[in-house]
Amino acid sequence: MSKVAEGSLAASSMVVKAETKNLNFHYGSFHALKSINMPLYEKKVTALIGPSGCGKSTYLRCFNRMHDLYPGNRYDGEIKLYPDNTNLLHAHVDPIEVRMRISMVFQKPNPFPKSIYENVAYGLRVRGERKASIVDEKVEQALRGAALWDEVKHRLKDLAFNLSGGQQQRLCIARALATEPEILLFDEPTSALDPIATASIEELIADLKGKLTILIVTHNMQQAARVSDYTAYMYLGEVIEFDVTDTIFIKPKNKATEDYITGRFG
Amino acid sequence: MDQAALGEIRDLINRHKRWDLIFAAVGLLCLGIAALTFTALVIDMALDGAPRLSADFFTNFPSRRPAQAGILSAWVGSTLVMLVTAAAAIPVGVSAAVYLEEYAPKNLLTAIIEINITNLAGVPSIVYGLLALGLFVYAFGFGQSILSAGLTLGLLILPVVIVATREAIRSIPSAIREAAYAVGATKWGTTWDHVLPYSLPGIMTGVIIGMARAIGETAPIITIGALSFIAFLPPAPIQGEFPFLSFEWLMAPFTVMPIQMFNWTSRPEAAFHQNAAAAGLVLLLMTLSMNALAIYIRYQLRKRIKW
Ligand SMILES: Nc1ncnc2c1ncn2[C@@H]1O[C@H](COP(=O)(O)OP(=O)(O)OP(=O)(O)O)[C@@H](O)[C@H]1O
Ligand SMILES: [Mg+2]
Repeated sequence: MSKVAEGSLAASSMVVKAETKNLNFHYGSFHALKSINMPLYEKKVTALIGPSGCGKSTYLRCFNRMHDLYPGNRYDGEIKLYPDNTNLLHAHVDPIEVRMRISMVFQKPNPFPKSIYENVAYGLRVRGERKASIVDEKVEQALRGAALWDEVKHRLKDLAFNLSGGQQQRLCIARALATEPEILLFDEPTSALDPIATASIEELIADLKGKLTILIVTHNMQQAARVSDYTAYMYLGEVIEFDVTDTIFIKPKNKATEDYITGRFG
Repeated sequence: MDQAALGEIRDLINRHKRWDLIFAAVGLLCLGIAALTFTALVIDMALDGAPRLSADFFTNFPSRRPAQAGILSAWVGSTLVMLVTAAAAIPVGVSAAVYLEEYAPKNLLTAIIEINITNLAGVPSIVYGLLALGLFVYAFGFGQSILSAGLTLGLLILPVVIVATREAIRSIPSAIREAAYAVGATKWGTTWDHVLPYSLPGIMTGVIIGMARAIGETAPIITIGALSFIAFLPPAPIQGEFPFLSFEWLMAPFTVMPIQMFNWTSRPEAAFHQNAAAAGLVLLLMTLSMNALAIYIRYQLRKRIKW
């Protein structure tokens, strides 16, 4: 693969993991997402950036059908998941099936008030895994994957609340990883963390890419530039520009994107 | 700022602070009245009743001779009735609350049901007694039994259990629920694995406070026809021979602590009044220890959960 191909959207070697087609989303009568079209490339990190309230979280939460939990929300359009070509927004597709394939890490660490071990094991239990040896193995694997194993291996039975904020967030990542999702969603995963914990999460995201497809919402422009391969700039419910991260940050095609990136937004 | 202005501000602050002082004094007085009345009542009861508190008092049946009369049938009755009350009110109340919070669609019907549950908490207990007399005693044919009494009191505390459970469920942050759903849990999985365990302290507190109220209830129990003089125990729930468990006690006639007290206070002899005071002391102790238990459980379970 040549360097030129890497930096170009037209590169044919990219596998599309998911494709959003003409997605519209309504909170009751409020039209929050407008005609979104964009791909999600397999085993790449895609970042969603844009000013507060532009619909980043709303878009992210379409991917695991979180909006189904609350009444009055409505999706239109499709998010196609490949290679099986499932439209995960289709009314006949069970949101639980979608959530078993696509995991999410939230803005604020939200561990269960249970032990460290049980937090990670929960997704496996939901999938009906009863064999202790398999659960043990997968919990360890997930904690290693979230770069937390060495810090907690001696106290797996401790309450998750006794961990620091950064550790809690990595625990939530481990919980999301344990079920071996195809896509991992992050909604501003470091906005509640200090710079050191943030750095460790970013490092982790860099490690995870290559293993699975990642979609991350971030307010932090440097973070988007550091961790992502592709970036979408959103404004008022629309994707204004989607491109390779370097292109978005160095020579965006759209004036609005450029203004936002360079801080002239407003 | 010059001295004069400073002095003025200080005067102002002092004048405002006088209200703090006045209110604190008034509040203390009110509190004193309440606390003093309660203490006086308890002390009076203790002085009257304490000399009667002996092991015999707990193991004797009521008797025509005050010195030999005891509360055996009353405390056993109260305990068994409370068992039925808990067994009826907890599953029904918790299920209703879970349904309302997690499953029910938010529509007019649900809203009407919600308002009515809150209203039920204010229905006088004797009305429950009348309802139970028609429903449990006659229509269902349970008779004037422990089962009828337990179900009646269960009905009485149902609103308390429902309201407490709903509040406990509502205090669980939506982030925790979303975390469970996000890994693929179903609604029932989320409820069973997370919502119920985390709201347990609140549920327990509600149940025990409801029970502490129920154990002192007299009117509905009289209405359904508890006997006030009863000199035998219901059949034991655990039997020596197969099948070891017996539910005959559910259908047995019974009496409870407040009725025993009521019976003794209505006698002319002063010695019976002492018995009533002693029984009151025991009842008070039962209620207080239930409340203490509620606080303890809440504290223990709450330690695990912080948000
Ligand atoms: N439950 C809801 N009901 C109605 N409107 C909502 C709801 N949640 C969000 N919105 C609206 O939808 C729009 C997009 O919100 P969203 O949370 O997706 O923004 P965001 O880009 O994630 O912002 P932030 O960066 O502040 O997190 C906002 O205008 C918001 O007010
Ligand atoms: Mg957001």
